[in-house]
Amino acid sequence: MSTPTDPTTPAAPPPAAPRPAVRPSRIPNWMANPWGRPRWLSAVTWIYILWALVPVLAAILFSFNDGRSRSVWQGFSTRWWWGDESLSVLHNATYSDALLHSLELAALNMAIATPLGFLLAIGLDRWRGRGSRPANFLMLVPLTTPELAMAVSLLLVFTQLSVLPFSAVHLGTTAQVIGQVTFSVSYVVVIVRSRLAAIGPEYEEAARDLGASAVQATRDVLVPLLLPAFLASTLIVFALSIDDFVVTQYMAAGGDTTTVPMLLYANARGATTTPALNAVATIMVVVTLMGVLGAYLVLRYFGHRTEGREVQGKEAMQDLTV
Amino acid sequence: MSQDSPLWRWLAAPGVLWLVLFVVVPGYAVLAVAMGEIDTLLQPVPAWNPFEWNVGFVKEAFSSVVPGGVYWSATRNTLLYVAATVALCFAIGYPVAYYIACKAGRTKGLLLALIFLPFWVSYLMRMLAWIGLLSADGYVNEALGWVGLGGNDWLNGNPFSVIAALTYGYIPYFILPVYAGLDRIDLRLLEAARDLGASRPWTFLRVTLPLSWPSVLAGIVLIVLPMFGDYYTNDLISGSPNTNMLGNTVNLLVQGGSQKNLGAAMVLVLMTVLAVGMLYYLYETNRQSRRRA
Repeated sequence: MSTPTDPTTPAAPPPAAPRPAVRPSRIPNWMANPWGRPRWLSAVTWIYILWALVPVLAAILFSFNDGRSRSVWQGFSTRWWWGDESLSVLHNATYSDALLHSLELAALNMAIATPLGFLLAIGLDRWRGRGSRPANFLMLVPLTTPELAMAVSLLLVFTQLSVLPFSAVHLGTTAQVIGQVTFSVSYVVVIVRSRLAAIGPEYEEAARDLGASAVQATRDVLVPLLLPAFLASTLIVFALSIDDFVVTQYMAAGGDTTTVPMLLYANARGATTTPALNAVATIMVVVTLMGVLGAYLVLRYFGHRTEGREVQGKEAMQDLTV
Repeated sequence: MSQDSPLWRWLAAPGVLWLVLFVVVPGYAVLAVAMGEIDTLLQPVPAWNPFEWNVGFVKEAFSSVVPGGVYWSATRNTLLYVAATVALCFAIGYPVAYYIACKAGRTKGLLLALIFLPFWVSYLMRMLAWIGLLSADGYVNEALGWVGLGGNDWLNGNPFSVIAALTYGYIPYFILPVYAGLDRIDLRLLEAARDLGASRPWTFLRVTLPLSWPSVLAGIVLIVLPMFGDYYTNDLISGSPNTNMLGNTVNLLVQGGSQKNLGAAMVLVLMTVLAVGMLYYLYETNRQSRRRA
């Protein structure tokens, strides 16, 4: 564009100025341009978070209610935690038994599902032969099936099939552990495999180049690198087990095998239920959050350490190649 | 490296054996019971041999869930509630995920932690929380009472409560994949769109939204699958047969009554419906990734 040079035409239009990034306007900016300054988005997000968390906090608060009600606040007390001689969480065997059974199932589930899923993850990641594709598909089935379908199928197999090993499994703790392990394994595989993908094949290749066998390279190089994923998935399995309801309920047999989520399901609507139920639910929330926080801290701690090790590893490999 | 080493097969073997025993065989057990007979004590007699299959129960199950069938109301409720829940999850969850992924700035870490919290509070505990708030003398009715709308019966067959509870229960599972998808978007693409003259809303509609669409679909799959097997939300928040969903039907047939054959056949119906949905999802994601390539 040519600039006017004639001084006799002072009214000539100035060169087209670049359009201002923010057009001055009488409408507030965030309204004219909702994606620009996301004030209402921020409001939606915070309202969502309040909506997601306040009811749970209220339920926790009601465990300290002075009266029997779980919906009207009648003052603060600890009677439902330990004050009441027969109905509090501390003194009522229904609650302590359910808590203990939940923890027992979680411990067994951790002990079985984590190693099983850990080995399966490494195996599926490397195994390329015939049968690996169906095995990969099979691993995904528990993640993509409604839990109810899994629960019904396990119930039917344990009650209808009189062939070993199914005939040896009776409903109760054994069946509950089997059911929980079956869906937990897939989560372990997903966590460990994402870690495997992050590590990459270089370390093992280096070990193999230096003369380690496949077993040695796996045992001495890969497994230590996967330790954080192992610990994290242990804690995730713990949280999954503690919170599980459907499979655990279907595999249960009578009062001895009641877990806390089952107790919640059975009594949440009961007219005679006391705030002790809220107290036992609160304990579960705290226990679960502690497990998840542990998993997070483990991953963070080891994450930093392996980052350091990664640098060392790369340097070591440069040394090797030079 | 040593991809044909037998080591990997042996490492996978225990897990695969476990899955065969406790996923494949139980799956076949559902088929055998659904295709089986019923004895005089109303107990199922599974037909393990495919040559002895009897399709009566499966036919009954399929004809009961279509209009005019006994469980049509459950199908209708399931479709309505799931559709409403998905719509609500999108309307609430997408802006939240978008804000955290793209606009939160310094508060991103804190917001992420808060978004993750509901995952680790037992689903039933979260329902318990609403039972207290929604009960006849609860704080929801009290708050509504201030504007003259109190005295509602929320917990006895109210479909709106069920939809609200489902949304409350499943929305974290929707937000997470959508957040991950939005977080992965290459910001240079948005800058390119702006440089080429697109306005911000237009950039959002033509670039951000399409790029995040696969993760929205993933989020929908993630919440729809469990909702088709959900019976506990309904039992806790409604407890009335008027709002029964397919999950309730299966649960009642298998755990409650003496109709395990029909219950197993209903599981087959459920899995068929979901398989059709999953195939559509796979087709759609495949098509999109091919279009992008």
